[in-house]
Amino acid sequence: MARADVRKTYKLYINGQFPRSESGRTFEVLDAKGGFLANASHASRKDARDAVSAARSAFPSWSARTAYNRGQIIYRVAEVLEGRRAQFEAEIIAAEGVTAAKARQYVDAAIDRLVWYAGWADKIAQVTGGANDVAGPFFNHSTPEPSGVIAVMAPQGPLFGLVSVLAPVITTGNTCVVVASEAYPLTSITLAEVLATSDVPAGVVNILTGPQAEIGPWLASHLDVHGLDLTGVTDPDLARTLEEGAADSLKRVRRPDPTEDLLATPALDRMTAFLEIKTVWHPMGI
Amino acid sequence: MGTFDYAPAPESTAIVDVKSTYSLFINGEFVDGTGTSFKTINPATEEILAEVAEASEADVDRAVAAARRAYHKVWGPMPGKERAKYLFRLARIISERSRELAVLETLNNGKPIRESRDIDIPVAAAHFFYYAGWADKLEFSGYGDKPLGVAAQVIPWNFPFLMLAWKIAPALACGNTVVLKPAETTPLTALLFAEICQQADLPPGVVNIVTGAGETGRALVAHPDVDKVAFTGSTSVGKQIAKVVAGTRKSVTLELGGKAANIVFDDAPIDQAIEGIVDGIFFNQGHVCCAGSRLLVQESVADDVLERLKRRMGTLRVGDPLDKNTDVGAINSAEQLAKITELADDGDATGAQRWSPACDLPGTGFWFAPTIFTGVTQAHRLAREEVFGPVLSVLTFRTPKEAVEKANNTPFGLSSGIWSDKGSRTLWMASQLRAGVVWSNTFNRFDPASPFGGYKESGHGREGGRHGLAGYLAKGGN
Repeated sequence: MARADVRKTYKLYINGQFPRSESGRTFEVLDAKGGFLANASHASRKDARDAVSAARSAFPSWSARTAYNRGQIIYRVAEVLEGRRAQFEAEIIAAEGVTAAKARQYVDAAIDRLVWYAGWADKIAQVTGGANDVAGPFFNHSTPEPSGVIAVMAPQGPLFGLVSVLAPVITTGNTCVVVASEAYPLTSITLAEVLATSDVPAGVVNILTGPQAEIGPWLASHLDVHGLDLTGVTDPDLARTLEEGAADSLKRVRRPDPTEDLLATPALDRMTAFLEIKTVWHPMGI
Repeated sequence: MGTFDYAPAPESTAIVDVKSTYSLFINGEFVDGTGTSFKTINPATEEILAEVAEASEADVDRAVAAARRAYHKVWGPMPGKERAKYLFRLARIISERSRELAVLETLNNGKPIRESRDIDIPVAAAHFFYYAGWADKLEFSGYGDKPLGVAAQVIPWNFPFLMLAWKIAPALACGNTVVLKPAETTPLTALLFAEICQQADLPPGVVNIVTGAGETGRALVAHPDVDKVAFTGSTSVGKQIAKVVAGTRKSVTLELGGKAANIVFDDAPIDQAIEGIVDGIFFNQGHVCCAGSRLLVQESVADDVLERLKRRMGTLRVGDPLDKNTDVGAINSAEQLAKITELADDGDATGAQRWSPACDLPGTGFWFAPTIFTGVTQAHRLAREEVFGPVLSVLTFRTPKEAVEKANNTPFGLSSGIWSDKGSRTLWMASQLRAGVVWSNTFNRFDPASPFGGYKESGHGREGGRHGLAGYLAKGGN
């Protein structure tokens, strides 16, 4: 008799833990052929607020870590992902119905993207900051600092798309709440397992699954959220609504760009969109 | 100690020819507005200076169309090294006509001539000179060299000409054309700048100036053919603008309000700190978004600092802005005076203690004596809301951590001050303060090479320095 496999319950990822939605709601996720894959958690407003609270609590210590340390942790995520690549390839094939070669390409790209960002952690300040030659006897210096808690609307790509928007945000010291790909939410939770075992502190990344249009507005208007990445929002009306929601607390908003090729080497603006430039003056004298 | 008696030393107004009426500047020419013209006054005397045209929606549309044409036909295609030369010309003419600009600024704004002469106008000229040099070097900026197009720029009344320079210089250097709306109460130096553009033979339509109030600003910001919105002003208007541009292609930079903490430690160079506190809050009558409006002083030195501060405030000369000895000039408008008065009265009503030095305020015009409030808690409106006037709230702290917590306990994040002679503590504090500009052992310093702008609800984007180019280039993000 064939062995019945042990199936995974897909839950949310909040504050380093995997809770079900407090609402008790789930939604059915189908595979590429229309068959049942799993019941994913349908995150609620309360879940979104819990996630923001976790991200806010994690921000002071994550942003205060040395850039070297953050870089090592992002690299560690790449290492652990490499070790679990077979699982991700299988999940991508099941969810998206792509070929094995394509799935491998996505996993490769995700791992490589993490390595790319890992190296940025201790270089971004040198590239985006610097000395300012003011007309007077002053030391004057600008440095980038993370904006705070960033709400990220992840694009469709279940692994590579998510990594492309997640890594730049946390590399620079922000913490985040991600609304995972609505079509392919399961792999994001598997990625959360990787994050949870890669020394990424609890609360730095929080992942919610469920409809963007329902969860997004709660995050866009939340006063403890400082930035909003709309990369994964394909509906222009929803993008406008979310940006309007963000206006009341003047969040930094990264609008969706349908022409963006995520597979290409990213521009710095994925990082700088959620960085603040701080300029410090001090007189010089004897 | 009383004030020394100084003989009056009024700056002559003969250098400036204030016209009786001013029109809009569109496509290189002065043209009548189709809105309802309004009067602009000298806030120190309430005398009417001139009648100024109001740009209607149709006028704004004409100005944007002129800017669009100039962008496509002249300014966009022009090589950077040629644009640079026009900007250098503007910088030079501003310097040449600096006294005239300073007097006009003081007449229309109420700020002391000492400040308009020594800060506003020279720093504005420096801004044009600085960005002129970028125009042919944009490929080294890190943001590419492709401009955005037409920039809609709305500026406030506190530094009318300097804010014009902060807006126009980087926009033009990057190859954009602009439509700028000066503040309703202070349009005159912007209109003098229009003459300067003519003297510089700046191609028509590259700079357009539309005068008016909120309606004109709204029409400009909402205009569908605008690619960029740059605004300096209140946080509440900034939020409205963020909403208006939501879902559009318009890039936006916002430089908004502040509630800066000026933090004095027990090991601070106290005499310098007193000067910094005074400069922080009484410079430009406190009409400064980055004003050090919350003094956080370490408990152990609070009495000493307050006593010296009061003594120093007693020597401030409040009065005729055109007098070269004046330290504190007129409040810019009756409306602003009412706002300052309301918040100060709220301080009285909620248990804070008000103190002002004895000073004779002129009988006409809008005036508010330099004021400090002690016994202020974080719950007071005085400690939370931007007063935008010469009113300082004094709070105390015991430990550096407490200072950080209090300093950051605000939705704003524009600037901050630290006074201490301990380097490691200063740098630690600087890293903890959530503010875009940190002045340590100095305050209210501005330079074209130094990026300026806020965290949190103080806005986004930077003005000044290389970072100031980002908001005007296609690859600048935002």
